[in-house]
Amino acid sequence: MLGFLIRRIVQSIFVMLAVALIAFLMFRFMGDPVNSMVPEHASAAERAEVRERLGLDQPLFVQYGRFIARAATGDFGLSWRNARPVSTLLAERFPATAELVLVAAFLSLAVGVPLGIYTALRPHAIGAQSLQLLSLIGISLPTFVTGILLILVFSVWLGWLPSFGRGQVVDIGWWTTGFLTGSGLKALILPSIMLCLFQLTLIMRLVRAEMMEVLRTDYIKFARARGLRDRSIHFRHALKNTLIPVITIFGLQLGGLIAFAIITETVFQWPGMGALFIQAVNFGDVPVMAAYLVLVSFIFVVINTTVDLLYATIDPRLRVDAAPGH
Amino acid sequence: MTAVFARAWDSDLAYSFRRSKTALIASLILVVLFAAAIFAPQLATQNPFDIAQLELWNSELPPFWVEGGSTEYLLGTDTQARDVYSTILYGLRISLIVGFASVALAGVIGISLGLIGGFVGGTVDAAIMRFADVLLSFPAILVALLVNGIARGILPPSQHQDAAIYVLILAIGLTNWVQYARTVRGSTMVERQKEYVQAARINGVSRLGIMISHILPNVLGPVLVIATISLGMAVLTEATLSFLGVGMPATQPSLGTLIRIGNEYLFSGIWWVVIFPSVILVLLVLAVNLLGDWLRDALNPKLR
Repeated sequence: MLGFLIRRIVQSIFVMLAVALIAFLMFRFMGDPVNSMVPEHASAAERAEVRERLGLDQPLFVQYGRFIARAATGDFGLSWRNARPVSTLLAERFPATAELVLVAAFLSLAVGVPLGIYTALRPHAIGAQSLQLLSLIGISLPTFVTGILLILVFSVWLGWLPSFGRGQVVDIGWWTTGFLTGSGLKALILPSIMLCLFQLTLIMRLVRAEMMEVLRTDYIKFARARGLRDRSIHFRHALKNTLIPVITIFGLQLGGLIAFAIITETVFQWPGMGALFIQAVNFGDVPVMAAYLVLVSFIFVVINTTVDLLYATIDPRLRVDAAPGH
Repeated sequence: MTAVFARAWDSDLAYSFRRSKTALIASLILVVLFAAAIFAPQLATQNPFDIAQLELWNSELPPFWVEGGSTEYLLGTDTQARDVYSTILYGLRISLIVGFASVALAGVIGISLGLIGGFVGGTVDAAIMRFADVLLSFPAILVALLVNGIARGILPPSQHQDAAIYVLILAIGLTNWVQYARTVRGSTMVERQKEYVQAARINGVSRLGIMISHILPNVLGPVLVIATISLGMAVLTEATLSFLGVGMPATQPSLGTLIRIGNEYLFSGIWWVVIFPSVILVLLVLAVNLLGDWLRDALNPKLR
C-alpha cells in the first residue's frame, strides 16, 4: 500500500510540474513583459537593465524554478486586465464555483444512484423504460442548450426562479456562501440542475449496468438460495459491489464538473472562477489563465489520486504489492 | 461501376445498415443537414450578411405559424431583421466546416503519432503515450479553451475575427487526437509482428515506407468509427466555444454563435431566435452519435 501511495504521488508531482511548465511557457512567450514596462523609446541599455532587474536574462530553467517557487505560495502576479493580484481574484471567485460544483455533485449522486438501482431492479417497468429514454436525451443535449431551456421555462415563462447571479450571499471570513439565505438557495437551483444533469444520467446508466451485472453473479444466486430477503440481497450484497466503479467515474467526473462549470457560469452569469477564466481567454489575460490552469490541475490531481487510493482500499485485488508471495 | 455498387450493396456493412432503423433515420437526417449546408446560398431566402437585404421594419417577426408571422420568413427574424432560417443554413455550414476540418486535423496528428509510437516503440512511444495520458485526464473543453486562449494571446486583436475559424480548428484538433493515437498504436504493434511487414523489411523498404504503405491501410478500420463519433464531439465543442464567446464571431456565426446571440434576447420573449438553432444543433449531434454507435456495433465482429 505504501509503495502504491508513493508511486501515485510521484506521478502526480510530475503531472503538476508539466502543467506548471505550460503555464510558465505561456508567461514567457506570450508577449514580452519588458515591452509593456519600459517607455516606447527606451534604449537597448534601458531594456537590458529592466530585463536584468526582472531576472529575465537568466537561463530558462532558473526562471522556471522561480516560477514554481512563487506559484507554490499562490503568487501569480497581477491580472493584465485589471491589475489586481490573481490570487485575490481567484480567492474571491472560488466559493461560488465550489458551492455550485458540490451541490451538483451531491444531486447527481443522490438522484442518480437511486434511479439507477430502480431501473436495474425493474427493467421492464414503464417508469424505468421512460427513464432510459430520458437519459439518452440527457446525454445528447449540449449543456448550454439545457441551461437555456431551463431559463426559458422556469424564469421567462413561469417566472419561478432567478436566471442569473447568486442571490443574497453571506460572508464567513473570506468565504461567501449562498446556502444561508432564501434567495441564495433559490439562485442555486437552476444552475446546479444544469450542471448535474449530464453526470446524473451517466451515474444512473452506470449504476444500472453494474447492478444488472452483479445481480447475475453466483454469490447473489447463492444468497437467494439461502433464502435471504430481496431487500437484504439488493442493498447489502449487490449494491456494495456496484458502487466500486461508481466511485471512480464519480471522481473523474468531479473534474469534469469543474470544467463544465465554466459553461454553467456563463449561462447563469454565476460569479465563479469559470466566468473569470472565460474573460481571461477572451482578453488573452495570461496570469489569470495560467493561475486557473494550475489551480484546476491541482484539484484534478488531488481528486484522481484520492480516487485511486480509495479504490485500492475498497478493492483489495488492486493492491498489487499487498498480494502474498511477492 | 455497377459491379462495384452491387458488391457494396451486398457487403455485411450495407446489410446491417439496411436492417437498422436507427442508422437509416440518422443518415437521412444527416444527408438533409449536409445538403442544407452545402446548398445554403441557394436555399436561403436572403443573404443575412448583406445589410442591403435587411428590412428593419421586419425585425423580431415570429415564425409563420404564430400570429404576426409571415410566410416570407418561415422561422421568424431576429432583432436585426435577419431571417432565422437563412442564418441557420449559413451557421450549419460553418459548424460543419469546423467539425470536419478539426476531425481531419485530429486524425492526421493522432494517426501519425500512433503509427510512430507503435512502430518505433521505446522512449518515443513512452513519451507520446504519457503525454496522451496527461491530456486525457483533462476535460476536452478545458484544453480547447486553453489552446484558444493562447492563440488569442499570440495573435494581434485585429486578426481575432479573421483567424477565429483556424484557431477553433486548431484548438479542437489538438484536443481530440488522443483516441486515434491510442487505437492506431495498438493495432500497429500487432501488425508490426506480422510476416508481410518482415517481408517488406527484407526487401529493403524504409521504415517510413513500411509505416505508410503497409501498416497504415491495415489499421484504418477502427479509425472510421472514432472519426464518426468525434465529429459529433467536435461540432459540440465548437458550438460550446462559440456559445461562450471565444469561438466564431457574430459576423461569421456558427450554430453556437447563433445560440449565444439568441440567448441575449431570451427575456424579450423572442424564443425562436435561440430555439431553432438549438434544435438543429441537437439533431445534428444526435444523428452523428447514433450513426457512430451503429457503425461501432456493425464493425465489431463480436456482436455479429
